[in-house]
Amino acid sequence: MSQQADSSLGDPAGPLVLGTTVGLRTKDLLGIGDLSSEEILLILDTAEAMKEVGTRPIKKVPALRGRTVVNLFFEPSTRTRMSFEIAEKRLSADTLNMTASGLSVVKGETLVDTVRNLGAMAPDLIIVRHASAGAGHVVARLCSAGVINAGDGMHEHPTQALLDALTIRQHKGRFDGLKVSIIGDLLHSRVFRSNLLLLQKLGADVCACAPTTLMLSGMNRFGVRSTTSVDEAVDGADVIMLLRIQLERMRGHFIPSLREYFQRFGMTTDRLRLAKPDVIIMHPGPLNRGVEIASEVADGPYSVILEQVANGVAVRMAVLYLLAGGHQG
Amino acid sequence: MSLHSILLKGGWVIDPVNGIDGEADILLEDGHVTQLGPELKVRPGTPVVEVPQGCVLCPGFIDMRVHLSEPGYEHKETVSTGLAAAAAGGFTAVASMPNTEPVNDDAGITGLVLAKAAEAELVRVHPVGAVTRGLAGERLAELGELREAGCVAVSNGVRSVADANLMRRVLEYASMCGMAVIDHCEDVLLTQDGVANDGFQAAALGLRGMPSAAEDIFVERDVTLSGMTGAPLHIAHLSTRGALEAVRSGKARDFPVSCEVTPHHLTLTDDRLDGYDTNYKVNPPLREQQDVEALLQGLQDGTIDCIASDHEPHHYDEKLVEFDRAPFGIAGLETVVSICLDRLIHPGYLSLTRLVELLAINPARILGVVGGSLGVGSPADITVLAPDLPVTVNAGEFRSLARNTPFDGWALRGGVAASIVGGRTVYSNSSVDGAVEFETVTSDQ
Amino acid sequence: MVAEQLARTVIRMAHEIVERHHSLESLALIGVRTRGVPIAKRLSVALEKISGTSVPTGALDITLYRDDLMRYPVGPQPILRKTEIEFSIDDRRILLVDDVLYTGRTIRAALDALIDFGRPRSIELLVLVDRGHRELPIKADYVGKNVPTSLRESVQVRLMETEGQDEVVIEEDEPAS
Repeated sequence: MSQQADSSLGDPAGPLVLGTTVGLRTKDLLGIGDLSSEEILLILDTAEAMKEVGTRPIKKVPALRGRTVVNLFFEPSTRTRMSFEIAEKRLSADTLNMTASGLSVVKGETLVDTVRNLGAMAPDLIIVRHASAGAGHVVARLCSAGVINAGDGMHEHPTQALLDALTIRQHKGRFDGLKVSIIGDLLHSRVFRSNLLLLQKLGADVCACAPTTLMLSGMNRFGVRSTTSVDEAVDGADVIMLLRIQLERMRGHFIPSLREYFQRFGMTTDRLRLAKPDVIIMHPGPLNRGVEIASEVADGPYSVILEQVANGVAVRMAVLYLLAGGHQG
Repeated sequence: MSLHSILLKGGWVIDPVNGIDGEADILLEDGHVTQLGPELKVRPGTPVVEVPQGCVLCPGFIDMRVHLSEPGYEHKETVSTGLAAAAAGGFTAVASMPNTEPVNDDAGITGLVLAKAAEAELVRVHPVGAVTRGLAGERLAELGELREAGCVAVSNGVRSVADANLMRRVLEYASMCGMAVIDHCEDVLLTQDGVANDGFQAAALGLRGMPSAAEDIFVERDVTLSGMTGAPLHIAHLSTRGALEAVRSGKARDFPVSCEVTPHHLTLTDDRLDGYDTNYKVNPPLREQQDVEALLQGLQDGTIDCIASDHEPHHYDEKLVEFDRAPFGIAGLETVVSICLDRLIHPGYLSLTRLVELLAINPARILGVVGGSLGVGSPADITVLAPDLPVTVNAGEFRSLARNTPFDGWALRGGVAASIVGGRTVYSNSSVDGAVEFETVTSDQ
Repeated sequence: MVAEQLARTVIRMAHEIVERHHSLESLALIGVRTRGVPIAKRLSVALEKISGTSVPTGALDITLYRDDLMRYPVGPQPILRKTEIEFSIDDRRILLVDDVLYTGRTIRAALDALIDFGRPRSIELLVLVDRGHRELPIKADYVGKNVPTSLRESVQVRLMETEGQDEVVIEEDEPAS
C-alpha cells in the first residue's frame, strides 16, 4: 500500500490510483434502496476495520479532522443520536447537535428554512432524523452537504439495517440462503423496510410475520414471504429480528391488546425451540419486555442485542468515512 | 347600434352538436355566432381572420373543476390570474369551486367571484356553491339563494359529506333548485391521514395510504342516493376502477349520474412518488396502472363524461415541505389541452370529436350553461387548437400564480392557438404562426 | 529482484536485526498494510529460525492517519483495512515493516497511528526497497535494497501472499491522461 499511497500523497494533481480508493456513488445515504450489494459489502468491510478503533486505548483517529457534522434530530432519539455522535467523535469530526427542543422548528420555522440556514454554515455532513418519510430527500435537495438518513418516518433507517447486517455476518458469515424472520409491527417500521431491502439484495430468505393489521399494503409485491403464524416464522430460522410494538397502536385498531399480542406473537423461549440451534435474536430497541419479547429471550444466550449497539458505532463510522469523500459522480 | 362582426375564415371546425367536422367559416356578430358554413359571403369591410394552417376551431372548452382560491387564498391564485391561466389553457369558461375562505355558501361570496370575473374580462366564470354551510357537512347551505346569485351547481369542495342522510337531502334540494351536485368522494375514516394511494408504492416509501375503497364506497353510496332521489349527481375527479364501475352501473340503471377525470389521473401513477416530489401529491391520489387503464377505457366507452383540470394552485412555499405536510393539488389549467392531445388524441385513444364532447358539450350540459355548440345563436366562445404544435411545459411561464405541476419540462405535441370568449380573443399563442391575428382583429372591436 | 534474491534479502535483514538487538524478547514486528504485513511475517519466521525466539507480528492500516485524507472536498476514499495488533506495544521495541520507502508520508502516518496504541520503548523502520525522493525527515534502519529511481518510475513489489509471485520490478509510469 505504501508505494501507491505515497505516490498519490506526493502528487496531489495526479489521479488517485484506482483499486486502492473507494466511494459510494451518491453524496447521500437516504436509504438502502439506493445502494448496490457491492456498496453494502464495502460499508460492512469498512465497518469491520472501524470496529478495531473502538478497542484501542485511545479511541480516536484523525480521519475526519476539520470536517463538520451536524446531527439534525427533529424526532427524539437517544441511542441513534448517541451512536452517531460517538462515531463522529472517534473520527475527530467537529459535531453539532440540533435536537427537537432546541430547533427553531418549534418556533414555526420550516424544515426548508432550517436546512437553508444550516447549509449557509457549510457543514460537510448532515445526519437527519425526522417524522416525515422523505425528509432526508428534502434536505439533500436543499444543500450540498452529504445527508445521512437516521430515520425518516416509516420510510427507512439505513444505518440500522447496516449494523444489523454486520451483526448477522459476524455470527453467520454469510447472507445467501439464510432464513431471517422479521416479526412485529412491520407497517410502521422503517427498520423493517431497510432490513428487507438489504437482506434481499444480499440474497437472504426473508420471512415477514405480523398480524394482518400490521402488514404492509401490496405485501406480495415486496417479494417477501409473509405469514401470520409466528411458529412458521420461527421454524428453521437462522436469525430472528423482533420489532417494537408501540403502545399507541391499540388506538388505531391494529391490535386488541398488548396481552393478546404477546400471547400470539411475543417471542418466548418456548417458541424459540423451533428455530435453528444457533439462532440469533435481534431487536433494534428500545425493548418492550413482555410485549414483543420475553425477558428470558432478551437476556438469553441467543440475544445479540448489545452487539447490535456496539456495531452501530462502527457502521456509522464507516458510512461517515465513505461519505466524507463526497460525491463520486 | 353598430353590429360588430368578424369572419373566421378557412379553419377546420368541429361542432358535433351540429354535425360539422370539416372546413368552414364562422361569422361572429356582437358576441354570437350568426353564420356557420363553407365559403361564407359577408358584407364587404367585415374584418377577416385567416385561421392559421392546421388549426381546429371547437366550441369553447369549459373546465368543470377549478379552484380560483379567491377570496381567502390570494397568495395561491386570484380570480384574475386563474382566469388568465384558463384562457391560456384554451378554456372559455370555468366552474369555480366553493372552498374559498370564506366558503361560497352565501350570495355575497358568489357575487364577489362574479364581480371579480367581470373585472378580469377574460373567460366566463360559473360559480359553484357550497352544499353545506362552511362546507362543514352539517347543515344545508341556502341553495336557493345561491342559485339566484348565479351559482350553476353545488359541491362539497374537497370534503365529502359523511352523513348519508344529509347527502340525500343535498341531492333532493339541489335538484329542486335546478343544480347538479358535484361530488368529491372520500371516506375520510378510511383514508385517515393518508397522503398517497394505498398500495405497494406508498408502503415502500413509508407514506400513509389512501385506499381506493375510500373513493369507491362513497361513489357507490352517492350513485345509489342519486338513483333513489332522481337528482343529478356529478362525480368529481374520479380516479379508481371501482368508482368507474359504480358510475357505469348507475348509468346502466338510468340514474342521472355523470363523472369527470383529470389529465393527471389519466397519465400518471403512484410510481412517480419515488423522489417525494410534492407536485405529485394530489387528492384523489395518483393510482395504479390498472386504474389508468380503466379510466382510458371509460373515456372510450362513454362512461366518463368530462375531463377537468381540477386546477388547485398552491404557493411554492406550501409545496416546498415534507411530503406528508404538503397540501394536495396540481395547477392544471394550462396543461389540460396539451396532455389530452399528446396522450389521448395522437395515440388514437380518442377522436377530436370525442374530446370536444368531454371538454365542451358535456360540461355545458351538466352545468346547464351556455356553450358546447357553434350553432347559429350560440355565444361566440371558441377554442382554437393547434393539434401538432410542439409544446414544452414551462411552469415558470404559467399565467397562473402557481407552479405546482408534475408536468414541468414535458415535451408534448399539441396546444392552444387562441381562446375566444363572446367574440373577443382573450388569448393567442405567439408560437403559432398567424394566431396573433385573432387578437389584432378582435381587439379593434 | 527475483524470488530467490528476495528470500535472501529477508534472511540477511533478519541476521542484521539479531545482530543489533541483544535480545529479541521485547521485540515486535508491525507490518504496514498491505505488503508490509507478509514481509513482517516472513521476517518473524526467519528470526525464529536464527534465534529460536518467536517474535509477535501485527498489521497496521494507516488509512485513517493519511495526511491527504480530507484535503480535497470531493474524491473517493482509500480502502480501509483492518488493523490487528493483538499485543500491548507499551515498552516494546517495535520494528515497523513496509515494502517500499518513498516520500516518507506513509511512515509518518504509521508513527502517529502507533502512538495511539501506547508508548513503545523504541520504534525502528525496515523496508524492502528504498527508492529515494523523501519529502519528510525519515530514514530506514534496515534496507533490503537501495533502488535509485526517477519520479516517473514506480517500484512494484509483488509477493506470493498478495499477488501470487515474488518479485520487485521498476515500471515506467503511464503518462497521465
